[in-house]
Amino acid sequence: MAESSRIDVSIEHKHAPPEPPAKKHPNTCPGCGSHYRDDELEASLRVCPHCGHHFPVKARERILQLVDAGSFEEEAADLRSADPLDFFDLRAYKERLAEAEVATGLGDAMVIGSATIEALPCELAVMDFSFMGGSMGSVTGEKFARACESAVEAGVPLVSVSASGGARMQEGILALMQLPKTVVAVEELHEARCALISVMTHPTTGGLLASFASLGDVLLAEPGALMSFAGPRVVAQTTREKLPDDFGLAESNLRFGHVDRIIPRPELRSTLAQLLRLFGSD
Amino acid sequence: MPRDAEIRLRDRLSKLGGLDLLRGARLSGELERLQRQLDRIEAEPTDEEIWRSVELARHQDRPYTLDYVNRIFAGFFELHGDRGRGDDAALVTGLGRLEGRTVAVIGHQKGRDIKERTARNFGMAYPEGYRKAMRVMELADRHGFPLVTLVDTPGAYPGVAAEQHGQGGAIARSQAAMARLGVPTVACIIGEGGSGGAVAIALADRVLMQENAIYSVISPEGCAAILWRDAGEARKAAAAFKPDAAHCLELGVIDGIVPEPEGGAHEDHDEAARLLAAALADAVEELDDIPREELRAARRVKFRSMGVLA
Repeated sequence: MAESSRIDVSIEHKHAPPEPPAKKHPNTCPGCGSHYRDDELEASLRVCPHCGHHFPVKARERILQLVDAGSFEEEAADLRSADPLDFFDLRAYKERLAEAEVATGLGDAMVIGSATIEALPCELAVMDFSFMGGSMGSVTGEKFARACESAVEAGVPLVSVSASGGARMQEGILALMQLPKTVVAVEELHEARCALISVMTHPTTGGLLASFASLGDVLLAEPGALMSFAGPRVVAQTTREKLPDDFGLAESNLRFGHVDRIIPRPELRSTLAQLLRLFGSD
Repeated sequence: MPRDAEIRLRDRLSKLGGLDLLRGARLSGELERLQRQLDRIEAEPTDEEIWRSVELARHQDRPYTLDYVNRIFAGFFELHGDRGRGDDAALVTGLGRLEGRTVAVIGHQKGRDIKERTARNFGMAYPEGYRKAMRVMELADRHGFPLVTLVDTPGAYPGVAAEQHGQGGAIARSQAAMARLGVPTVACIIGEGGSGGAVAIALADRVLMQENAIYSVISPEGCAAILWRDAGEARKAAAAFKPDAAHCLELGVIDGIVPEPEGGAHEDHDEAARLLAAALADAVEELDDIPREELRAARRVKFRSMGVLA
């Protein structure tokens, strides 16, 4: 056939295609390009000393940053996800779970427990984005609900720190059901007159924003955190609109009245203490 | 291995079978319905059947909220606007009569033709829609009207303005509002139960699903695009996350399946409405005598226990 004998000569690639940008080292600042040793970043609470960019913080490190040394007592650490759907995409959900546990040392994407901050007692529920994107499945929802119940029992406020892409698809409809589950847990918390202080860090999107994270008595955000129900890519694809530069960011949410304050990380501990005092934690 | 849902259904079936048929037709209808649910559970849907549900749930001739409202709720009076910012046509609200009593109705509304679809934003609500829903929930609570919600949305609208108006928070607060209601609440997924936009109005005492409806955490296309990196793998995604009614019942996410006419609800809107009306009336009646506090507590316990742990 004529077509098969034709020789394609591309004139579009006279030069070699540009190398894909090398993946940046996690300790290289995406804001200014500065590079840090891990201990330097840890000492600066993982905020870039040069430009103020907030790097992600894992759950256990976050807890160390916030609470009085030695005061944290973890709860429900033994909870593990089941695989009710026998979910398999390109890989089995069970495999992904096992791998995430080995990589992070966590049982799931949330750590809960009691602690004191500047000697004020509170309950903590802290998410970890490095465990499957912080996605919320049955265990995350259960841990949050238990944190609410512990707070009620102790009569103390609950501080949640979210970092999550949303519901965990591998648990299907049961992942969606963690939205109403955490919502009713917050309702019970509120009825017992315990406060929820919700700290939203990068990212707090999808099902998190559409459930407990938005229901705090006080909503705090970290600078630059993405906080949108739909992610920027989905919005751009659906609407074919050009998105504003600050689409879904904490700063935009503050401007539109969806959060109370943006708190730089070095001030978070003292801010939480101030709120705990106001809500009468002591 | 007998599953919990199956045991529950068998239990209810044997109880009903042993009763004197005082209530006549309705009870025998209930028997039939349970038997049918049992049959569906025993035969686990195949991947093809799941995909057929996805297609039927989105069928262009499938009855939408207003098709049902006009057939089921006598003297329906539509309520417009969120009293703050606007009126969202993707979510209709109103009052009507169900078996001789006033109920509040909230439902997503897709459009039938291109013009209406655009006007109704394909059933994808803005925060204004959920704020309107909350206002009507409060109205229902104030006057003791049972609340019926009809869920049919691909999802809450993902747009710049929707985000700026607080989409996530509106969905969260709408659920919270439902958790506080002291009146009977019945939700039915009548087509697509798409993620947060669906559950925003589905934190109900009884959650029903029509036979060919789907209820899911993400659309099959969205899931395929993320996990398979190819939206074309939607069938595989649907088979993996199982959004069909039978699986939702098995997982304890819904309380019952509402039968549809042979071939699907689009084949006969009148019959589909009759079957839905009977299911809604039954559910409301079942909840009717439960005191406010008990109702609310039971609703919360039900959602508190959702999920499967290892």
